[in-house]
Amino acid sequence: MAEIITDKLCHVYSKDTPFEKTAIRDISLTIPQGQLAALIGHTGSGKSTFIQHLNALLQPTTGRVLLDGEDINRDKYARRDVKWKVGLVFQYPEYQLFEETVYRDIAFGPSNMKLSKDEIDERVREAAAFTGVDEALFERSPLELSGGQKRRIAIAGVIAMRPEVLILDEPTAGLDPAGRTQILDNIFRYREKSGATVLIVSHSMDDVARFAERIIVFDDGGIAMDGTPDEVFSRSQKLVEIGLNVPKAAELALALRRRNIPLPESVFTHEQLLDALLKAREGKAC
Amino acid sequence: MEPVIVFDNVHYTYPADEKESLCGVSLSIEKGSFVAVLGHNGSGKSTFAKHMNGILVPDEGRVLVEGLDTSDEEHIIDVRRRVGMVFQNPDNQLVANVVEDDVAFAPENLGVEPKEIRERVDAALRQVGMYDYRMHAPHLLSGGQKQRVAIAGVIAMQPDIIVLDEPTAMLDPQGRREVVDTVFSLCREKGMTVVYITHHMDECIDADRLIVMSNGCVMADGKPADIFANAELLRREGLEQPETARLLQDLRASGMRLEGEPLSVEDCAELIAQVLQSERSRS
Amino acid sequence: MLKDITLGQYFPGNTVAHKLDPRTKIILVIVYIVALFQANGWIGYAVVTAVTAACMALSKIKPSNMFKGIRPMLVIIVLTAALNIFYTQGTPVRPGWIITWEGIARAVQMVLRIVLLISGTFLLTYTTSPIALTDGLELLMNPLKKLKVPVHEMTIMMSMALRFIPTLISETDKIMSAQKARGADFETGSLVQRAKALLPILVPLFVSAFKRADELAVAMESRCYHGGEGRTRMKQLRMQTRDYIALALGAVFLAVMFVLKRYAL
Repeated sequence: MAEIITDKLCHVYSKDTPFEKTAIRDISLTIPQGQLAALIGHTGSGKSTFIQHLNALLQPTTGRVLLDGEDINRDKYARRDVKWKVGLVFQYPEYQLFEETVYRDIAFGPSNMKLSKDEIDERVREAAAFTGVDEALFERSPLELSGGQKRRIAIAGVIAMRPEVLILDEPTAGLDPAGRTQILDNIFRYREKSGATVLIVSHSMDDVARFAERIIVFDDGGIAMDGTPDEVFSRSQKLVEIGLNVPKAAELALALRRRNIPLPESVFTHEQLLDALLKAREGKAC
Repeated sequence: MEPVIVFDNVHYTYPADEKESLCGVSLSIEKGSFVAVLGHNGSGKSTFAKHMNGILVPDEGRVLVEGLDTSDEEHIIDVRRRVGMVFQNPDNQLVANVVEDDVAFAPENLGVEPKEIRERVDAALRQVGMYDYRMHAPHLLSGGQKQRVAIAGVIAMQPDIIVLDEPTAMLDPQGRREVVDTVFSLCREKGMTVVYITHHMDECIDADRLIVMSNGCVMADGKPADIFANAELLRREGLEQPETARLLQDLRASGMRLEGEPLSVEDCAELIAQVLQSERSRS
Repeated sequence: MLKDITLGQYFPGNTVAHKLDPRTKIILVIVYIVALFQANGWIGYAVVTAVTAACMALSKIKPSNMFKGIRPMLVIIVLTAALNIFYTQGTPVRPGWIITWEGIARAVQMVLRIVLLISGTFLLTYTTSPIALTDGLELLMNPLKKLKVPVHEMTIMMSMALRFIPTLISETDKIMSAQKARGADFETGSLVQRAKALLPILVPLFVSAFKRADELAVAMESRCYHGGEGRTRMKQLRMQTRDYIALALGAVFLAVMFVLKRYAL
């Protein structure tokens, strides 16, 4: 079980200084075990601050974060242990690789957990398999590998802790389309096999439309929308108003509706749009 | 149209590598055109870009910039003044602590008179919409703003050609839009030649010409509409087909008669709406 | 936490202090430091304090910002005060105490000296953009070029360092958070353990710094950088009447301090 509840979470940076800035305010969310949710919003909308609360890297100014009903900030030990349960992969994680070999880098998290050597070995191999890191690379230096490989190694380093909740901040940033698909597939495979809850911060609405079960839209430190892709993208106009992109298919649907082509509200993938257009055509043809 | 950059059978291998990063690239870039270059990571597109201002010089073959050979040490500053370069990471190309001092860096290197530098700096900052930020520290700007300052820093050299190597790869959608709009305005309004390297398909749809690179070779070279209609080629190169092109293709496959390859959302919607409405009136 | 460091930070403004030629300000800071070390009596310290306060008022720097700059030095200041209080011989405050009146006086003076020293140098960095500062240094050191001292190279290195300090600080923050997310522990353990715990931060930091340096070099070359030869500057430094007045005032200040020292005031 790994259910995350945030209860009126607020975070203020540099409190009581002239640089005081409220990053998130009053965020109350329940993310049930096993959910695959996407967090979207502008840079500076509070997403990054929010996710760093979920593994106690940041402590709330007010409010609480509960994991399976227990406050993760209740004491120093809880704050440390939550790191194993809630794995957080930062943006451009390849810049955090530091060990001499790929194997040791992936093993860094599990070693910090003070696991036995065999246990660590098992986890490293398992994590490498999930992320498609070839064991032939284990003794190589991570620094001499390609950008895509480094990214996968960095993600393996977090998966090796077997987190029950896996949070990734823009895991596909800067990758080409092939690299993006591969990384997302790896993450989904881990979720399928482990039953973990997965939260992904993304700027790519087309990706989000494809994979998310739930979309949480951040705006100006609060939550602007929260629902299934159907619910969120059927209000594409509102997303546009916040200044966010919508999936290309939804954008086309908006443009077609403006031209008096009747299309249902919940059109946001290529297949849905094609289907809706063909239906509209048949309807008119008869 | 006259060519401003000519690649003549260019081969290049990085010193530590065995495999060629450019294997015999020959092409020329027309004055005033907007040329987009697509390719997956490691396709050689960055190597291609770095040849345009002599940061890298060919092992074999040659690159001419407005008639100047980039391998000619004597003319290297002339080449670099003509070809401005903007790179991927905005943080690693700004040299000064204040925006306007950074923009002044290139003209200062060229020994331009102080009064003229001032004029060029102000004009360049206005061109990219960053004039109001001229006294700011770069590290406090957003990614898109930093990248626009980098572009201003290049414009202040008054180059004829500007080459951008994945300038939006590290930016959020908002920043990407700012940069793409700025670059298009340079080409369309100021008549600058632009070579724009990216792996975002949707940034290329308004380009005059699209070059697809793979394994150090040019795999396709033509109008964006023609290349994006070629689903087979795109799939082979690991590139995504823009939604507009994909939709038109699938609608045609189900028997709709759609003429042309409009790539922008608005144009595409317009075409589909027109055809649907004319079908209705006919029936 | 790391972000709060204001060391060497520039606060843009339009005051006389901001407008002075950086060369003037560099010379004045040297004059100020020399003058400060002449003070060895209460009147002397009072004069320097008054001059510092006047300069702060002129530059419109908020005292709160000054305190922020001093905060990192607090340990040194407290230590100095403590040493002076406890290790100065003289008349005990109360019979039997080791604290003496002389100790208290010395402690106050030493603390004043450090605080004034920091304040004076910070006034320079707060009111002078790093570029102007390095330009000023380059021009002041120009005569050294004849002795084959690489003045231009030294100053450009300095300005690069200043440019990248904030970037590297925020990067360090990011790397620390990321390693903490993998369970790295920077706070507990023996000294050796803690030093070892720094590796996961230092290695990525160095790797990225080298990458940055590499990319920056290419970007600079692309913008026609080819050393100091034939370079012009957008902002020409020109000494104005106010610079000469400021320098004259500096000279007077120094003279006063010499006189005060002579009479041990």
